[in-house]
This record gives sequence, C-alpha cells and structure tokens, in this order.
Amino acid sequence: MTVMTSIQGFLAAIGAATLELCRAIGALALFAVSAVAHAARPPWYPAELGRQILRIGYFSLPVVGLTALFTGGALALQIYLGGSRFNAESVVPSIVAIGMVRELGPVLGALMVAGRVSASIAAELGTMRVTEQIDALTTLSTDPMKYLVAPRILAAVIAMPMLAAVSDVIGVMGGYLVGVERLGFNPGAYLRNTADYLLLQDVTSGLIKAAAFGFIVALMGCYHGYNSGRGAQGVGRATTNAVVSACILIFAANYILTEALFSS
Amino acid sequence: MSDAGTPMIELRGVSKSFGAKHVLRGVDLAVARGESLVVIGGSGTGKSVTLKCILGLIPHDSGQILLEGQPLTPERRARMLERFGMLFQGGALFDSLSVWENVAFRLLRGPARRPRAEARALAVDKLRRVGLGPDVADLYPAELSGGMQKRVGLARAIAADPQIIFFDEPTTGLDPIMAGVINDLIRELVTEMGATAITITHDMSSVRAIADTVAMLHEGRIRWRGPVSRLDDSGDPYVDQFIHGRAEGPIEAVR
Ligand SMILES: Nc1ncnc2c1ncn2[C@@H]1O[C@H](COP(=O)(O)OP(=O)(O)OP(=O)(O)O)[C@@H](O)[C@H]1O
Ligand SMILES: [Mg+2]
Repeated sequence: MTVMTSIQGFLAAIGAATLELCRAIGALALFAVSAVAHAARPPWYPAELGRQILRIGYFSLPVVGLTALFTGGALALQIYLGGSRFNAESVVPSIVAIGMVRELGPVLGALMVAGRVSASIAAELGTMRVTEQIDALTTLSTDPMKYLVAPRILAAVIAMPMLAAVSDVIGVMGGYLVGVERLGFNPGAYLRNTADYLLLQDVTSGLIKAAAFGFIVALMGCYHGYNSGRGAQGVGRATTNAVVSACILIFAANYILTEALFSS
Repeated sequence: MSDAGTPMIELRGVSKSFGAKHVLRGVDLAVARGESLVVIGGSGTGKSVTLKCILGLIPHDSGQILLEGQPLTPERRARMLERFGMLFQGGALFDSLSVWENVAFRLLRGPARRPRAEARALAVDKLRRVGLGPDVADLYPAELSGGMQKRVGLARAIAADPQIIFFDEPTTGLDPIMAGVINDLIRELVTEMGATAITITHDMSSVRAIADTVAMLHEGRIRWRGPVSRLDDSGDPYVDQFIHGRAEGPIEAVR
C-alpha cells in the first residue's frame, strides 16, 4: 500500500514538473511573440531605444573586446601547436580568423553580454515589477511591453552584431600579435593570409548569429524580470534564471544556426 | 452619454482568490460620477487588490466590473485610463526618471504630449500643489524621503487633470499638517474639477475630510456603506470598532 502511494507520489511529481515545463515554454513563446509584435508597431520610444543601445552595446565593449583579444591569442597558440604536428603551421592566420569570426567571436561575446545585460535587465524589470512601477505604467496609458520590453530587445538585436564586428577585428588582432611576436610569423604574410582565406559569408554568418544571440539575451532578461516573483528573493531568482537560461539558449541556438548556415 | 443615475464605476459580486486564499468574496460597490468614495478596512482585507481588479492589473475570478453601466472590455478600459490617475500605496515612482519627468510622464508622450519646457512648468506647478518646491524637480526618487515620494506620486496622478482618480493611502507617512494639505487637495479635485475618486485610507481624519461616501471592506465583502455623515451612528459594531480603533470588538485583532 505504502509502495503504491509512494510510486503514485513520484509519478505525480514528474507529471507536475512536466506540466510546469510546458506552461513555461508556452508562456515564453507568447511573451516572445508579443514582444516582437510590439517592437514592430508604433508608438516607438526612440529615446529609450538609444539609451538601451548605449547600455547594451557601448558599455559592453571593454568586456567583449578583452574576451576577443585573449581568445584570439590563445587560439593562435593552440592552432600552431596542432598544425605543427603535420607541418601545417601556416594555417594559423586563416583558422584563427575563421574560428573567431564564425564561432568564438559571436558565442563568447554573447555569453559575456548575457552575464552583464541579461542580469541587469532582469534585475531592473524585476525591481520595477515588485515596486509596482510596471503597474504604474499601465495606469499612465503606456504599455509596458512597448515601453520597457520592445526597446531592450530591439537594442540588443542592433547592438550585438556591432559588438561581434568589433570582436572579430580584435580577435584577429590578438592572433596577429601572438603570431608575429611569439611564433615568428612575418607581419605582412600573416595579414595577407588572413584576408585571402576569409570569405564574406564567414563574416555575415557570424553577424547573423550575433543578432540572434542579442535577441536571446534581451528576451531572457525581460521575460524573467517582467514575471519576477515578489520581494528581493523573487528578483534574485529572476536574475539567476535570466543568465542561466540565456547561456543555455545561446549554445543551443548556436548549434542550430551553425547547422543552418553550414549547408548554405 | 449615460444618465445621471448610472454609476461611474460599479462592481457586482467581484471575487478574487490567490491560491487557497479568498481575498474578495463578492464585492458589490458603486461610485457615482463626481463622488468621492473612501474605502476603509483592516490591513490585508483586499482594498488594494480591489483597485487593481478594476484596473485589470489583477484579473478577477468572477463578478462584473462596469464603467458607466457597460462591462469593462480591454478597449473601454484603455479609453478609461486615458483620463485616469492613480497614486500607488508604495508610490511606484520610476526611479530611472527625475522627479519632474515622473510627474510629467503623461505630458511627455502619447496623445497629451507637450513641449518639454511646458511639461516641466506644469510638473513644477503640480509639485507646488502637493507642497514640494521647484528644487526637488531635478532630484531622483531615491533621493527623497518616503513622504516626499508619496507626494510626488500624488502629483503624477493628477498631472493630466484626470476625471477618475484612485488614491491608495494618500496620507500614510505624512506629517499631520501635510496630511491636511493633501486632504484639502483631494477634496478640491472632486468638488472643483468634478473628478470621481476612490480613496483607500486608514486615517480617520482623512476619511472625514475627503469622503462623500464611506464603504467598509471586511472578510471579502462590503460590510457597510453610507454617507460620511452617518459614520458615527452607522449602527454597525464592526464599523464602530474600526473607526474608534478599539482592540476589543467583533473584529478579531489577534489571530
Ligand atoms: N499578487 C499577489 N499574490 C498573492 N497574494 C496577494 C497578491 N496581492 C495581494 N495578495 C494578498 O491579498 C491580500 C490583500 O492584499 P491588499 O494589498 O489588497 O491588502 P490591503 O487591504 O490593501 O491592505 P493594507 O491596508 O495593508 O494595504 C493580502 O493578504 C495579500 O497577501
Ligand atoms: Mg493596500
């Protein structure tokens, strides 16, 4: 008898968790659709959009730049090491460039921005939820989805590709510095090699990824902040969930996008 | 236009539960156009929730909410909000905006949009009416005391000359003189501007200064409703206990 009830309890717990997961996915999907619909239709709040681009793009530059610089450098060393095993050290410039531009620039940049921006958006909107500022917007005939969520998502979709472009340049520069100063490459040859093998579609595929990651970063911050639980604890949980879910979704989206851009 | 007999806002059997907690159990309440209704009731009885249900900020479970005799659809609610102002219990000021930008929020965007200088002048004027000088206009909400924040919230609520106003505890946290100023201001908005007001308060002097009609919320229903002149001889032991602040009586103070 007790075995039966404990099995039933176990199954009930699995069922409840599954239902909750479905509910969360559905709620997130509805939120995303509504956010995009609001971003596409007026009224727009250009001042708000400008502020968010500055916050998401400009103030992330140091973090993203340093990440790219060190990653480019380390990549050059690793590829040299791997390449030297079959006498192919000369691939360093082109592989560094392709690796940075197609993969590491957008992904690592987005992860850093997820830590910074998802967290701060979630904390900001969560605090606004808890202190009734979001309710107050509604009573002032201002749709919070339009005023708060849409500009943040638009700003991230605009700013992330710009960050990725900067990160591409700095990452290649990191590889160049290590290649020339440490591995003894000829400076002119290094740059020529980089330019010759890098295709335009490498760059565009990286920028497309970055835009998608920007969407994810802002969406996770907004969704968790907007639906924050009550009190300081609720805001804390919203912040953590925003960062964790943004990072996981970035990895998942990265694989899917790479697969999609791979065949084209 | 509806005739004078139709209430501006009417609640019929509105109920709302949070999980197993039944907060509202069938609230029936009506406010006439140009009337000032004050809602009293113990802490946690659902006064703020009632206001949020009317505004659609919290969906109610059952019952009807009518505006000028018609059910409040989202479209009609949006139209109502265009001539509406609300003071939240906690102020709910936008902490990313300065004091005057908070007050002038409606005047800086949307259909009531004005040039910045004009909006600022109007905001400073509203601040003056709640007893705040022009020097606070450029401060941020975090730099103000609790009572000052409340008054900024009040200035924001009345900035666009609304026809319907909700005040959630307008005088809580204010000194007695300032509370008197705010009471007079609310009375003036109703008498001179013809606004319809619902005020929640625990402050009995405020009730007497503001109210045309008083309603008492208790255990999820309107326990008593009547003109403010009848408050002292309501004949309801619950109301008597509440307005005299007695610990003993039908309302259990210690649970
Ligand atoms: N979003 C919510 N989720 C769960 N419970 C809630 C929520 N909002 C309010 N409640 C509960 O509803 C009850 C009524 O809350 P409400 O804020 O309306 O009280 P109140 O009458 O305004 O009290 P006070 O005079 O102290 O402000 C409380 O017990 C509160 O815990
Ligand atoms: Mg309250």
